[in-house]
Amino acid sequence: MYVAVKGGERAIENAHAWLAEERRGDTSVAELSLAQIREQLSLAVNRVMAEGSLYDPDLAALAIKQARGDLIEAIFLIRAYRTTLPRFGASRAVDTGAMACDRRISATFKDAPGGQVLGPTFDYTHRLLDFKLAAEGEVPPAPQAAPRGEPTPHITEFLGQEGLIQPEPESEAAPRDLTREPLEFPADRALRLQSLARGDEGFVLGMAYSTQRGYARNHAFVGELRIGRVAVEMDIPELGFAIEIGEVELTECETVNQFKGSKTEPPQFTRGYGLVFGQSERKAISMALVDRALRWQELGEDFLGAAAQDEEFVLSHCDNIQATGFLEHIKLPHYVDFQSELELVRKLRREAEERIAHREAAE
Amino acid sequence: MDGSSLYAGGFRNAPVDAAHAFRAAMTAMARPGDIRPITGAEPPAPLSVAAGTLLLTLCDPETRVHLAGAADRPEVRQWLSFHTGAPLCGADEADFALGTWADLMPLSRYRIGTPEYPDRSATLIVECDALANTGAVLSGPGIRDTARLSLPDLGVLQGNAMLYPLGCDFFFTCGDRVAALPRSTTIGAEG
Amino acid sequence: MTEQAYNFAYLDEQTKRMIRRAILKALAVPGYQVPFASREMPMPYGWGTGGVQVSAATLTPEDRLKVIDQGADDTTNAVSIRKFFERTAGVATTEATQEATVIQTRHRIPEAELTEDQILVYQVPIPEPLRFLEPRETETRKMHSLQEYGLMHVKLYEDISQHGAISTAYAYPVRVAGRYVMDPSPIPKFDNPKMEMAAIQLFGAGREQRIYAVPPHTRVVSLDFEDYPFEATRADHVCDLCGAADSYLDEVIMDDAGGRMFVCSDTDYCHTRREAVA
Repeated sequence: MYVAVKGGERAIENAHAWLAEERRGDTSVAELSLAQIREQLSLAVNRVMAEGSLYDPDLAALAIKQARGDLIEAIFLIRAYRTTLPRFGASRAVDTGAMACDRRISATFKDAPGGQVLGPTFDYTHRLLDFKLAAEGEVPPAPQAAPRGEPTPHITEFLGQEGLIQPEPESEAAPRDLTREPLEFPADRALRLQSLARGDEGFVLGMAYSTQRGYARNHAFVGELRIGRVAVEMDIPELGFAIEIGEVELTECETVNQFKGSKTEPPQFTRGYGLVFGQSERKAISMALVDRALRWQELGEDFLGAAAQDEEFVLSHCDNIQATGFLEHIKLPHYVDFQSELELVRKLRREAEERIAHREAAE
Repeated sequence: MDGSSLYAGGFRNAPVDAAHAFRAAMTAMARPGDIRPITGAEPPAPLSVAAGTLLLTLCDPETRVHLAGAADRPEVRQWLSFHTGAPLCGADEADFALGTWADLMPLSRYRIGTPEYPDRSATLIVECDALANTGAVLSGPGIRDTARLSLPDLGVLQGNAMLYPLGCDFFFTCGDRVAALPRSTTIGAEG
Repeated sequence: MTEQAYNFAYLDEQTKRMIRRAILKALAVPGYQVPFASREMPMPYGWGTGGVQVSAATLTPEDRLKVIDQGADDTTNAVSIRKFFERTAGVATTEATQEATVIQTRHRIPEAELTEDQILVYQVPIPEPLRFLEPRETETRKMHSLQEYGLMHVKLYEDISQHGAISTAYAYPVRVAGRYVMDPSPIPKFDNPKMEMAAIQLFGAGREQRIYAVPPHTRVVSLDFEDYPFEATRADHVCDLCGAADSYLDEVIMDDAGGRMFVCSDTDYCHTRREAVA
C-alpha cells in the first residue's frame, strides 16, 4: 500500500551529514587550512571575491573550503553573507592611476612611462605539468627590482593628450546600486559595469569571445592591463576629511577600440573598460570587450543583433547565482505541473484518436 | 515637548512592532474600508499614533516624505528624521505625504505613477477627526460586496479612482486606528 | 555567525520596509508586478527566495506558518523553508490548513477554502505571463501599460487550431480585476477558480525581482474564448487513499508493470478526510 512519503526532514539532515563527511574526504590526509587556500589557491579566492562582490580573502577561502572547491557555490555563500552585512558608508572612487602595479602591459605601445612589467603571469609559461610540485618542492625566491617611486600613468592618457581617444565624462552622481534596487532597463553604463564586474567569468568570457569572432566585432586592442594594489579611502563627515581604510588588489583593463567619427566629430578612438577585484585578468579583459559592445547606442553604432550588444540579454543572464539557482530548481518536485500536462496530453491524444476513428468510419 | 523627547516615541522592539504595524496596514490596504488598530509609535503632536506608526513602519532613507501644513513642525521633522532618516520633500516628489485632508490638497500635486510603472505613486496618510464605517459606498478588489467608509471628499477621490491603474493610494488615520483606500476602489455616494 | 546574529525573520528592517512598500503597491494595483530589490537569500534563486522574502516581511511572532510544495507539507523544499522560519522567526508551524495564518506555497492552492484571516504566499519562478511570447522586459512592460494582450489570445487560439484545445495546463494566465493579465504561478489550472478567495494572496519572484498581489474577493478570470471556455481539469479518478472526488490528484507509479494509483496532492486535505472516517 502506498503511503505518502514522510521523513523529508530526516533525509535532509542525513544528506547534510554525508555532505560534511565527503567535504572532509579521507581523514588520514591533513585538513586544508584557510591560510593554505588563501595563499596557494589565490586566483580561486580572487574569483570568489570578485563575483561574490565582497573583498575578504579569508572569508572567500572559508567559502571555497565549505563548497568543496565549487567556486559558484562559494560565490553563493559569500553573496548570502554579504547581503546581511550593515553598510557603514561608501568609499571614494579608487584611483587606479595611483596603483602600485605588480603587472602592467600595453599592446598598443612598445614602451611608455612606467614600462612593460610582466609581473606574476602565466602568459609565457609552457603549459607542461610540473611534476616537481607533486613532491612539494620549495621555490627559490624571485629576483627583486626596486619599487617604482612615482605613479604609473594610464596609457590612454597619452592618447587623450592628443584628443585621439574619446574622453569619459566625469560625474559626481552616485551610481545606482544593483544590490539595493531592482534592475531596470535601459541600464546606464555604471550599472552595466557593476553587473559585469560581478558577472560570471565564463559567461562574460563567452560574450567577449563572440564579439571577437564577428558578432558585433569592435576591434579591441588592450590599451593597458594593470594589476596591483590601490588605497581605499572613505570620507568621515565627523573628521571633515577622508582616511585610508585599507587596500584592495584590482585588475584594470582599458581597451582602445577602432575610431569612429561623424559629421560633427573628427575620428577618435573609443574605449571599453574592465575593473575586477584581485588578479582576474581574463575577466577584466572580457568585461572591457563586452562593455564596449554594449556602448553601441551612445557611440552611434548600429545594433547588429549580436547577443553581446543586447544589454537586456547580457545583464539578465550574466549572474551565475541567479542562473544556477534557476537552472537547478528544475530538479525540485514538479509533480503537480507535470500531472496537469500528463492529463492534457492524454486528453488530446484521446480526442485525436477519436477524430481519426470517426474519419475512418465515415470513409 | 522638551529637547530629549524627539529621541523618544520610537518602536520599543522595532522588528516586532513594525511587523505588527505592517500587518495592520497591509490588511487595511487589502480590505478597503476595514478599520484596524495600529500602534507602536508615540509621535509628537499633532501626529496621531496611527500616522506616526505608519511612518516608522514604511519610511527610511530611501523614501521621500512630504509633511503638509500643520504636520510640518520642527518637532515632527526632527522626530521623523531621527527615527527614519527619511528626507523631506515637496508634494510633487513625495513617496509618502502626511497631513490633514485640507493641508494635503490639491491632490494633483502628487505623483500618480507612470503607465509602465504605476507603483511609482504617492501614498497619502490623511489625519482624520473621525473614522467610521459610514458614508461613501466602496466596492472593488478586497471588498466582498460593498463597504462603507467616512471619506473626506468623494469627488476628488472618485477622480483619483478614474485614473486607474494610475493614481494615489490613501491611509486614513485617527487616534490609533487606520483604514485604507487604494486607487482600485470604486467609490459611490452614500445611498 | 550564530543564529542570534540575524534579525527577526532573517531580513534586516530596511529590507523588510522595502518589501512591505512593494506589497502595499501590489495590493493597490492588483495583478501588476511591482519591481523590488530582491535580496540574495541563503537559498538558491528559483527555490522560493521571492516567497521567503514576502513571508519574512509579512510574518509576526504570533503567526502560525504552513509551507507546502506540490500541495504537500513534507516535500524536501517545503521542509527546508519551514525550518528556516522556525529558526529565524521562531514562529509556530502547522500542517493543518485551517490552523495556519500564513501559508507559503509552491505550485498549489490548498483544497480547503481559505478564510479572511489567512494569507497565501506564492513562490513564483517567472512572474511575467507574456514572457514566453516576448522575452524582453522592456517590451512586456509596454504591453501591460497599453493592455496589449492580443498576442496572448492569439497564442491560446493557435493551440485550439492545432490541438482542438488550449494546451496550457498550468500557470494558466488570468485577468485580474478586469485590468492586468497575471501569471498565477505554476499552479495547475484546476486551482485557478480558487483564486477568487477571502484570503490575501501575495506573489513573490525573487530572481526576477517582482512582487504582485490579489486582494480578497477580487475578480480573477482565466483567459478563454466563448466557444472554448476555460475548464478546470483534474485526473478522472478518485483519491485511492481518502476517496475524494473533488481534489487535485498526483499519479504514482506502483510497480514495474506500470500500475498506477491516484492520491490527493494536498496531503493535509487527504489526511484530514481519512482522520474523519477513522
